[in-house]
Amino acid sequence: MDLSAFILQQMVNAFFLGSIYALIALGYTMVYGIIELINFAHGELFTAGAFIGVIVLTGLQQIGWVETHFVLTLFIVFGLAMAYVAVLGVAVEHVAYRPLRNASRLSALLSALGMSIFLSNGMMLSQGVSDRAYPQVFGLESIDFLGAKISHSQVFIIVLAFLLMVALQFFVHRTRLGKAMRATAQNRTIARMLGINIDQTIRITFMIGPALGAAAGVMVGLYYGAVRFDMGFIFMIKAFAAAILGGIGSIPGAVLGGLIIGGIEVAWAAFLPSAWKDVTTFTVLILVLYFKPSGLLGESEADLRV
Amino acid sequence: MLGQEIKKLVVYTIFLTIIILPMLGFTGGAEFQAKRAFVVLGVGVALLVLNLIVKVIRSHRPLPEHDQPSITERIADRLHQIPKIFTIGPLLLAAVIFPLVANNYMIDVGITCLIYVCLGLGLNIVVGLCGLLDLGYIAFYAVGAYSYSLLNLTYGFSFWAALPIGVVLGMICGCIIGYPTLKMRGDYLAIVTLGFGEIIRLVLNNWDDLTAGPNGLFGMKRPPLYYPAFEEGGLEMVTYYLTSLPGLFYFILVIVILTTIGVNRLDKSRIGRAWIAIREDEVAAELSGVPTTWIKLLAYAMGAGFASIAGAFFAAKLSYVNPNFFLFMESCIVLCIVVLGGIGSIPGIIIAGFILIAVPEVFRELEGFRMLAFGAIMTTMMIIRPEGLIPASRRKRELHHRRDEAERGSK
Amino acid sequence: MKQDYGDNILSLEDIHTYYENIHALKGITCTIPQGSIVCLIGANGAGKTTTLLTISGVESARRGRILFEGREIEKLPPEKIAALGIAQSPEGRQIFSRMSVLENLEMGAYLRKDKEGIQKDMEWVFSLFPVLKDRHRQMGGTLSGGEQQMLAIGRALMQQPKLLLLDEPSLGLAPKIIEKIFETIQEINKNGMTIFLVEQNAHMALTTSDIGYVMETGRIVLEDDASALLENEEVQKAYLGE
Repeated sequence: MDLSAFILQQMVNAFFLGSIYALIALGYTMVYGIIELINFAHGELFTAGAFIGVIVLTGLQQIGWVETHFVLTLFIVFGLAMAYVAVLGVAVEHVAYRPLRNASRLSALLSALGMSIFLSNGMMLSQGVSDRAYPQVFGLESIDFLGAKISHSQVFIIVLAFLLMVALQFFVHRTRLGKAMRATAQNRTIARMLGINIDQTIRITFMIGPALGAAAGVMVGLYYGAVRFDMGFIFMIKAFAAAILGGIGSIPGAVLGGLIIGGIEVAWAAFLPSAWKDVTTFTVLILVLYFKPSGLLGESEADLRV
Repeated sequence: MLGQEIKKLVVYTIFLTIIILPMLGFTGGAEFQAKRAFVVLGVGVALLVLNLIVKVIRSHRPLPEHDQPSITERIADRLHQIPKIFTIGPLLLAAVIFPLVANNYMIDVGITCLIYVCLGLGLNIVVGLCGLLDLGYIAFYAVGAYSYSLLNLTYGFSFWAALPIGVVLGMICGCIIGYPTLKMRGDYLAIVTLGFGEIIRLVLNNWDDLTAGPNGLFGMKRPPLYYPAFEEGGLEMVTYYLTSLPGLFYFILVIVILTTIGVNRLDKSRIGRAWIAIREDEVAAELSGVPTTWIKLLAYAMGAGFASIAGAFFAAKLSYVNPNFFLFMESCIVLCIVVLGGIGSIPGIIIAGFILIAVPEVFRELEGFRMLAFGAIMTTMMIIRPEGLIPASRRKRELHHRRDEAERGSK
Repeated sequence: MKQDYGDNILSLEDIHTYYENIHALKGITCTIPQGSIVCLIGANGAGKTTTLLTISGVESARRGRILFEGREIEKLPPEKIAALGIAQSPEGRQIFSRMSVLENLEMGAYLRKDKEGIQKDMEWVFSLFPVLKDRHRQMGGTLSGGEQQMLAIGRALMQQPKLLLLDEPSLGLAPKIIEKIFETIQEINKNGMTIFLVEQNAHMALTTSDIGYVMETGRIVLEDDASALLENEEVQKAYLGE
């Protein structure tokens, strides 16, 4: 294909990948915005979503719904995966983060790390060490878009990711609970003095953030065709880089960061051997954290506190 | 009160059910594996009920006075009063006798325990004394191991010649990894160190020309000892390679003893106090004249140095290194040792190292649950006993106090 | 001594509050009658803000009682105290800088369910502070100090409180604006709102209030009708610069 089509193809891929990273990054940024803690377990929540997705999808496939009720099937798969992870997210918050809300940062980080290890190994023990295949539901045809190819699954994922982000934006800016979340993130004490129940607000954040991660997990499963208990790790790193790059705590920042990270990854993969892909990811992360910890859309003083 | 607790129990049970049943009930096909799922659920609910019972019992006991030290603290104080000879002496004696009475398998486990203890003590400098959450610590271990391997295989360096080079390389890496994190807050620092750790591992894995990549390097010579002996011409130095397990055990035992003494010295030195000052309140430390930059880099470097020594020994003992020995999971294991033992606590870390490495060996069948348990241990320790099994000092009581005060304040 | 102003809506009895290990409030006792304006004046660091924070539940008293409408509230968390009808415009304004003026006011009404009442109150706040209406879409962080103070008071008013606590409403503001704010305080009070205000600007505070308390290093050293305090020699020397 000629150069312009090639570039367009890369952009499409970057956009696609970036949307997924953005969804995961949103989960990080929301949680960080409200309790100022990196949810190390977020990668595992993402993976859990993928697992529940494959379980539900396999079940629905066996009863033939994939052919007969395609849209409904997808709806159920995503819905259940997100609901499950929302429940799991609340549980994780309650067990690992809430008791340490007033403790030192180090304690909370270690607890988060422990939770991450616990969950990923729990999934390994329950779902097995090897890849779990996702049923093919989208077919292999793709749409031709000015010379670039977008597969059906890509279209679906991009559209769904967009809808979820719009829904999130609506929730955060137009609903009472969403505004309570923003208020709590900005000034917790004042929020309490206005009657906002902090526990409840944090709980809701831990439902929505991880649920978005779960949706991303199902998307990854659908697109790449498989899910593994440890796939959360590398996605976590990338999504974290995206969240920081966009400005931790900023929702539009997470989206922007996701797209940029997706772009970097696609651009890099086009020119360099894939073995070094992960090294690039980590290097980008370190560079972002070193040179621009406040991110592109974040507040500048908040992040240089030691 | 009881009614509320029971309500909570019901809610928790519902949560557990929702979480456990799908994930443990469905693997492979779409049939529900009832037995496994319900067994785990049952265990979970049993734990919750146990927790409830404990809570109820506790609530009926009178509250202790604020400043009354707990039982473990009183025991620890008593132990401190006994002259060191009587506590450490028997332990050392046991360690010396151990290889003579144990079988090879047990000695091997013992060696592994000691290696991890050495790593734990090194990580303790960074995390425990200085408060820097280094998640990439295992990379320094890898540097030590690979330096020895490459120097020995390519250039024929002996262990003793390669060791200092490995340590220096490790310390340089420590400074390189530490430098960007100097101005970073805890969370970012953790992620950056994690990133560096992974980068080093990935480089070792992918740079086939240098490190033979995933195949690893093998054939390194064991650590040698030299002793004079009478040969034909007169007095000569004979090289004796430690290939026997008891020999290697004593070797690492000596290393651990030296490390312990070293870390203990550092702890009590001015540098150690500077590290602790930084851990408690970096801004205050900076204001009172502590050169935080150098001191932090020093912490990284020293921690890395100890890890390199352990790594070199590991490579020499096993005669084989492979990037998969240095996964992020290993960093987590060492971290778990430090957390369980007690951040900043030397005796705690030694004991925790043995517990966490030896116990899984005993219960070999439960191998899969090892990391699961480690994760649970880390989280649980932070919640119920952040000062670890054997707290570093009386100041650790303040950890509880601080939290209780804050809890009362924020209701 | 003081006039009798009727029933007390709030009373503090021997309140002791500690910051870390500092004994910030050393036995504060005061009463706030329904419908009055009471002020608490004193130098920086006397403990005035701590008093308000203790009432609002942000700081917890280690000893003593706080009675609000006859009910003990010293052990309640801030959320519950807000629900009972105590609102505060806190020290430093502390409006939500990344929310609009309108959203800030909406957050004030967070606990309320009466849509019409909220709408009416919002219009009332806009009538009290017309500049807020002009800027109702602007982000809180872009407002000037005086506007932020108005917004903080407006947000507290949106809670439809029975007791309004004001922490240093004059701090850092130009004299004209301070006048405007204290006029507004009186106007709000005329509508029946009980107001407890804490101030460094003793003159403004005492001329606006009915009752005054003087606080020094954690203790209340004087209490009287505000008008009497204005004439009081010690007060004049220490706080009124005469």
